Amino acid sequence: MSLTKPNDDAITFDTFMEGVWRQNPVFVMVLGMCPTLAVTVSAVNAISMGLATAFVLVSSCFLISLIRNLVPKEVRIATYIVIIATFVTLVDYLIQAGSLKLYEALGAFIQLIVVNCIILGRAEAHASKNPPLKSVVNALGMGLGFTIGLFALGGTREILGAGKLFGFSLFGEHFQPWVVMVLPPGGFFVLGGWLLLFSLLRSKSENKEEHRHGA
Amino acid sequence: MSATVQVTSGSKMIITMGLVASLCGVLIVAAFESTRDAIADNKRIMIERAVFKVLPGAASVREYIATPTGIQAISDATPSAGALKFYAAYDQAGTLKGIAAEASGKGYADVVRVLYGYDVKCQCIIGIGVVSMRETPGIGDKIITDQDFLKNFESLDVRVNSELTALSNAVKTVKHGSKQNAWEIDAIAGATITSKAVGRGINESAQALLPKLVSHSGELQP
Repeated sequence: MSLTKPNDDAITFDTFMEGVWRQNPVFVMVLGMCPTLAVTVSAVNAISMGLATAFVLVSSCFLISLIRNLVPKEVRIATYIVIIATFVTLVDYLIQAGSLKLYEALGAFIQLIVVNCIILGRAEAHASKNPPLKSVVNALGMGLGFTIGLFALGGTREILGAGKLFGFSLFGEHFQPWVVMVLPPGGFFVLGGWLLLFSLLRSKSENKEEHRHGA
Repeated sequence: MSATVQVTSGSKMIITMGLVASLCGVLIVAAFESTRDAIADNKRIMIERAVFKVLPGAASVREYIATPTGIQAISDATPSAGALKFYAAYDQAGTLKGIAAEASGKGYADVVRVLYGYDVKCQCIIGIGVVSMRETPGIGDKIITDQDFLKNFESLDVRVNSELTALSNAVKTVKHGSKQNAWEIDAIAGATITSKAVGRGINESAQALLPKLVSHSGELQP
């Protein structure tokens, strides 16, 4: 393969950054909203959920990419789901072995990682068409992007709704917590706020780009 | 490759799916086997912590079940249906400190599960701890922190009647500030639904468990 021709298998910085910024699952694609809204009542829950999802994402993308040429396309979705469900079960046991308190806090949302559309979406759109290393790098970026998204929500909600971050009190005794922020409606308020901020940032950077091209 | 549409044979599909499923099966069983002990340890530590909290001074816990015919320690055999599980707690010297059992009632958002500590000598509840709940932060979750509410459970009367069929007086949650008897629970103002869930859960559990337990409490001595 010549170096002058654009190489499809090349791993670029964008392979990783796609999930973190350009295609961020939470802020840009708005995927996986079920855990995003439900478990982000505290920063710790949010990060744990993000890491659990990232683990499933990376391991299943790796395996799916390894066997991508062996699986007949007629049964690929069934195969992917079995693989994803396997890694979710693994995470389920690992979290139980690590901390039952965390396990109870995340509740059914660990098992529900199986149906997280980010994972099947990555498997179908990326891992099934790219070599293992590249899909792992891409999945890592997506997982990190998802974790960042959840942390942005969880951190904000914990600060506003409980006056704490990672369980440490931030404002002292006199702070009256904004309780609605840790209740389900608060999840939508905070998510709306972040989406607004993100689209503002994006439209600003697009404008700048156009300006430069026009000049 | 010819120009005709490529058809995958059925056997290839089945073999592929079978292989993938077997590989996944091996992974799951390996994970299950390697985490089983850690998970069991975690569960035991969690139960011990909860029991020690409602029965201060306890140092070890044993699990028992109560059936209509008597009480027995939980062995490896699966307990029969209708058996009630409870924990007997002992202090350093091995004497019985009390009994802990779980109670649950429907709260405002979800089921509120509490563990209560029961003193055999005074036939009263001497402490509660919340096992799990999803009540509104700042309102319903006061059942964990509200000192006035927790005072209800320092000696809540749950004596069993002389026929050993039920409690002499049903545990009841009353409106804030109107508690008169030792078997009543003074609700938290503004969190009545959650307070009632706790009262109802304790009443249900105590009515079912304690009559079976009282005549056999001597068997709990090690």
